[in-house]
Amino acid sequence: MKIFDLDRLQEIWITITHNKSRSVLTAFGVFWGMLMLVLMVGAGAALERGISSQVEGFATNSAFFASSPTTIPYKGFQKGRNWNMTNSDIPVIRQRVKELQYLSPVLFAGGNDDNVVRGEKKGSYLVKGCYPEYDLIEKSKLLYGRYINDIDIAERRKVCIIGERIYEVLFNKGEDPTGQQIRVNGIYFQVIGVARSTSGVSIGGRTEETVVMPFSTMQQAFNQGNIIHFLAATADNGIPVKVVQDKILEVLKLQHQISPDDKDAVFSMNIEEQFKMFNYLGIGISALIWIVGLGTLIAGTIGVSNIMLVTVRERTKEIGIRRALGATPKNIIGQILSESIVLTVIAGVTGIVVGVGLLRATGIVLSQGDQFFKDPQISFTMAVASLIILLVIGTFAGYIPAQRAMMIKPVEAISEE
Amino acid sequence: MRRMIEIRQLHKSYHTEALPLHVLKGIDLHIDKGEYVSIMGASGSGKSTLLNIIGILDTYDAGDYYLNGSLIKDLSETQAARYRNEMIGFVFQSFNLINFKNALENVALPLYYKKVSRKKRNIIAMEHLDKMGLKDWAHHLPNELSGGQKQRVAIARAMISNPKIILADEPTGALDSNTTIEVMEVLTNLNKEGITTIIVTHEKSVSDATNRIIHLKDGMIEYETNKANGVHVTTTNLNYQSL
Repeated sequence: MKIFDLDRLQEIWITITHNKSRSVLTAFGVFWGMLMLVLMVGAGAALERGISSQVEGFATNSAFFASSPTTIPYKGFQKGRNWNMTNSDIPVIRQRVKELQYLSPVLFAGGNDDNVVRGEKKGSYLVKGCYPEYDLIEKSKLLYGRYINDIDIAERRKVCIIGERIYEVLFNKGEDPTGQQIRVNGIYFQVIGVARSTSGVSIGGRTEETVVMPFSTMQQAFNQGNIIHFLAATADNGIPVKVVQDKILEVLKLQHQISPDDKDAVFSMNIEEQFKMFNYLGIGISALIWIVGLGTLIAGTIGVSNIMLVTVRERTKEIGIRRALGATPKNIIGQILSESIVLTVIAGVTGIVVGVGLLRATGIVLSQGDQFFKDPQISFTMAVASLIILLVIGTFAGYIPAQRAMMIKPVEAISEE
Repeated sequence: MRRMIEIRQLHKSYHTEALPLHVLKGIDLHIDKGEYVSIMGASGSGKSTLLNIIGILDTYDAGDYYLNGSLIKDLSETQAARYRNEMIGFVFQSFNLINFKNALENVALPLYYKKVSRKKRNIIAMEHLDKMGLKDWAHHLPNELSGGQKQRVAIARAMISNPKIILADEPTGALDSNTTIEVMEVLTNLNKEGITTIIVTHEKSVSDATNRIIHLKDGMIEYETNKANGVHVTTTNLNYQSL
């Protein structure tokens, strides 16, 4: 007995289409379940894509350090001592932590009282001093000019890169800002570039609203002595950030007479672990989506099974007539099963198509706006998988009704008035 | 072989919750090929049960039933379906057309179970409808047809697989007298073509059209009437008399 016998499909098709409202009611549950599954999986994927696009362009193998008052008395020092990382830490770390890839000290300043000025135009923006390597940790896209380089650091050049937003405020549209002077916290700097972030993650504040200058320049110009506010480091390829993080912590504690057991004296954050959390969150969301989606689909299946069961009772006479005319029990099982499968697949595919359409529409509407929700869509694999799921579901849904139909005795069915 | 139906000491009981109901109490019946037979009797006499057993729609408890020489006993559902499909055409009182299929599709249905291609079975079905004068009604649904038309569609459906026997259970029960005459003419003509025809009825006008009338009473054959030279002659059943 072939399942995909064209003649049989036609016979089933007639039965389905000549009983439209019954078929629609039967199929609706599966349609709805599939629609929900597609929408949720699509939305979940969009959320995941949104999150990963946020962290894209940010080195995931990075760790950060900042000083914090000590909490354990050590080597004659009382607890609660304030300390600072200093320039001398940099060569020591470079020497002792072999697994290091990039290292950049960071200074922060400003951020209020219209600290950035060009002629009549001004605004309040964060000022950040760092090494050229910082651009390898938090990648930015340059709209104009260049990033800071080693010569800027060595010569303590008074140059800066301004964020895109600052450019828009201080300069006219289309104007080349490179070579122009702006005043930052009272001192004139030459603009060498305009930057835009490539990632949703940034340290301190948005790249678009930050002035970046050479670390050495900033230390000197703003009288910061030799202190470092913040340290950013990345691990070499294939080495867990945790290793680098622990070694740097060790060095810093040793250099600054901090107890090795003092967990709070150095604030430290490991981005890899944050990303792992994002990943787990993503997995959690997907799992939830599949559980709820499949649950809805199963409910739909039971609906199909239920209605078909009622239908079989209602169709006792029809089935009896078919039996009297020579339909074998196999024919009848085949018919009910095929009806169930055809209905389920049509309903499910409609659900997929409508779902994909809705996702596409949502995607277009949201394409400008919210970045946490990107390209809501389902994969082709997912669509094929759901088709297989539908076939299985259709068979299951039809099984009990088919058994029931087979039990119908032609004589009882026909004599029923 | 002359014999179409040979029934010996046929017994049938229905097992209800209270008491088993003995419906057929030892029927002996022979029907030859091409005979035109009616079965009469009061309701509850077992005539429909007998017809259902002859049509392999129902089983029996004891005795033997040979159809065209083969013993019809303990058949699987699949075998029974094949016999029904190839040997027997059914005509029912309530027509039993499938209401969501049009006349043509209804007539063609038995051929679907015979695995005849759609195109071919629709052509054959149309020929049979034409024979019944219903060609113009081929694409109408049953509820758009009159009672007589419905029964003619049902007869066309019964005929489409070229059965050896036509079994009609009260074929005119739901029809007025004019249509009854019309339908009986159709059945009589079919019988003249050589098809063994058995009609269950309680209408005298119907049984009078047949050549042999079997009278059932309380699950047994009471007597038979045979038409000889156009006149019905009654033969009393000896078994019954001896009781």
